[in-house]
Amino acid sequence: MKTLPHADVVIVGAGWTGLLMAKELAAKTSLNIVVLERGSAHSPTEYATGMDELAYAIRFRMMQDLSQDTVTIRHYPKDRAYPMRQYGAFLPGTGVGGAGEHWSGVFPRFLPDVFELHSRTVDKYGQSRLPEGHSIQDWGVTYDELEPYYTRAENLLGISGKAGNLRGTKIPGGNIFEGWRSAEYPTPPTKVPYFSELFRQAAAQLGYHPYPVPAATLSQLYTNPDGITRPACTYCGFCETFGCMIGAKSQPTNTLLPILTKHKSFSLRTNAQVRRILHDSSQNKSKIRGVTYTDFSGQEFFQPADLVFLASWTLNNTRLLLLSKLGEPYDPTTGRGTVGRNLTHQVMLNAATAFFDQPLNRFMGSGASGFMFNDLDGDVFDHSNIPFLRGGAFLGRSARSLPIGEADTLPKSVTATWGSEWKKAVLHYYDRAGKITFIGDHLAYKANYMDLDPTYKDHWGDPLLRLTIDWCDNERHMSAFAAQKAVELARAMGAKEINPSAALTRYDASRYQSSHIQGGAIQGASPETSVVNPYLQHWQAPNLFVLGASSFPQNAAANPTPTILAQTLRAADAVAQRYLKSPSLLA
Amino acid sequence: MRRRHFLTVSAASLGGLLIESLDGTLSRLAAQGQTVRIRLRFFTESEALIISAAAALIFPSDDSGSGAHEAGVTLYIDRQLAGPYGHDRHRYTRPPFDDNAPAEFGYQGQPTPREIYREGLAKLRGFHRLNREHQEAILHQIEATRFFHLLRHNTIEGLFCDPLHAGNANLVGWQLLGFPGPRMSNADDIEKHYGEPFRPKPASLQEVTGTKTPPHATEDKDGEAQS
Repeated sequence: MKTLPHADVVIVGAGWTGLLMAKELAAKTSLNIVVLERGSAHSPTEYATGMDELAYAIRFRMMQDLSQDTVTIRHYPKDRAYPMRQYGAFLPGTGVGGAGEHWSGVFPRFLPDVFELHSRTVDKYGQSRLPEGHSIQDWGVTYDELEPYYTRAENLLGISGKAGNLRGTKIPGGNIFEGWRSAEYPTPPTKVPYFSELFRQAAAQLGYHPYPVPAATLSQLYTNPDGITRPACTYCGFCETFGCMIGAKSQPTNTLLPILTKHKSFSLRTNAQVRRILHDSSQNKSKIRGVTYTDFSGQEFFQPADLVFLASWTLNNTRLLLLSKLGEPYDPTTGRGTVGRNLTHQVMLNAATAFFDQPLNRFMGSGASGFMFNDLDGDVFDHSNIPFLRGGAFLGRSARSLPIGEADTLPKSVTATWGSEWKKAVLHYYDRAGKITFIGDHLAYKANYMDLDPTYKDHWGDPLLRLTIDWCDNERHMSAFAAQKAVELARAMGAKEINPSAALTRYDASRYQSSHIQGGAIQGASPETSVVNPYLQHWQAPNLFVLGASSFPQNAAANPTPTILAQTLRAADAVAQRYLKSPSLLA
Repeated sequence: MRRRHFLTVSAASLGGLLIESLDGTLSRLAAQGQTVRIRLRFFTESEALIISAAAALIFPSDDSGSGAHEAGVTLYIDRQLAGPYGHDRHRYTRPPFDDNAPAEFGYQGQPTPREIYREGLAKLRGFHRLNREHQEAILHQIEATRFFHLLRHNTIEGLFCDPLHAGNANLVGWQLLGFPGPRMSNADDIEKHYGEPFRPKPASLQEVTGTKTPPHATEDKDGEAQS
């Protein structure tokens, strides 16, 4: 193993969190910063010529190469786990920009009570209402503390939307259920596809409060506070699983990298597979010495550093902590240990697929253009007579109408799966089907966690991460409720046939849901029940920070990126303003 | 070295298709009334005829329009099986495998798409010479197999992919659906045409971007079949 020259800061992962932390530290300090990325760089022309469904959306060109590294999944602690051999429930990105390159760009804040879920729920409903076997806990940070950072994140990306709560004043047409905002969105809402307009009208007719989906796909030309200018979205429809051909969708490579590459203190190494975090440990104290990685040719390196950030997505953050034997692995039978606990995967459903007589022209749109509402989210509505806690948002977007993926989106009345009758149905319904999305809370449970797999190994010989996860009654009831409400919406939209989603039963690792998988290195107020403190700093190793949704104690009913970015900005401020002056545990 | 196999097709049915000639250069076939011999990279000639016959039953050429045959689905599948997809180059393929794993964990078997096709085709010898009723009965019998599952899905891919992958010849798949393909901008149209069809003329990625061969078009060339 070759030892490299010392770096002040090493960041593992060049996605949203890693490059955002690098940008903040490069702007505020003179530290030299090395970012290690396991994947390759994307060339600018790749996206311009990349509107290719087969390569990107079917063969998953931008995702982690599963032949090298994957995870195993099982339902219960005593089951046998199976490797995710091909893509299913979620899509880990790879390469510079990470999953932030191929996301949809839906950018809602979490509701304020999400951050104090345990205490607020107990205050209102009592301990007895918490589900059996739960491990719900507060985040150790409040919405009010995060609000300025949400605003900074929105300004950085140029989010298009309409405020519904400006410093406590409710604004019709925005999300009146959102937490207070210190500022309006930096750009106005996006244009509205036909299906989304039908959704907006139906939602309003049913008494809900629809508002434009906050979108990282720009509605107009925008220059952010760093001086980065990006163009308006052209609604080409190639967002999720694709990089944006013109940079209208905010991505780490078009929003952060152009600033970073101007700093001499910044360097980025691609094809660097980080294997271990090296540390000197005694009792409950650790000092991180740096990280080891293997490059493309198989050569191994030790990169020493004073300060290390794990920014390698929920699953790899947790896996690196486990592989490096940093902290105590969580044991679901005793409840001891913290690393790996509170694995969650957002309840994401095509709650209803609506089939219309008229065509929808669904090829026009963006991943985030459309309408949504939160009337049935969180604790916004009365839960006294329903069998579950929390809820979720309903969205009517016009994204992803690509023909290979949608060919089989057919009403249940079509029973043929091949032949002339099926073909006629494919041709007829291709542009007459729209999907109402439900995105709901996933509570944390003691039995849902991550550890290292005893059987399966990766390309480098390290054990795969093993996920133990299943749905509980709260999610099953919530999914049935969501399907019923979505059917009412589809009917009000004028749908002629409606496929409601089936209620959740077992966790289905083969069905794509979302890449909003969270937990494993959760944050909290105590080292007994969390891996990192509310500044995302490792309780045991103060010179290690673990960024991203691995810190979320449970899964809220909104896309995680805004909260991930807000927390990264908050951690960056704490590091630059306080930690570097006196490197120790932040309080 | 395997014997070279060719598929003989009518050039008309391949209209705007980009194909590779024997020296590896790309050329456009547009001649009417001719037949052309295209070198196969995975299938034998009789296998290709079986796949053509089966794909034509899955997505027929009928009174609702062109089908798998006109889209060149067989060539598409041949190229896919010769490349990384066919070899499972990006699938996790370490043992232990389990053919009886619950469906919610996805395919847990060992065989690659190439192996699944070879085995499936071995059971369909002479299929292309049977009458239609007989062929349909056989497809119904194998509906639940992994081979049929792949064949059906690959047929959909071959119909609706960008033509740079050797399917969707003449953009027939997109024309059937009313999908215009990649478009640089819909900004002026997205809020018009509410409730009525807006059907711009389909164009391929190459036509839209003006690039000859996007970088990933060459990706599938690395696995020239020798079986």
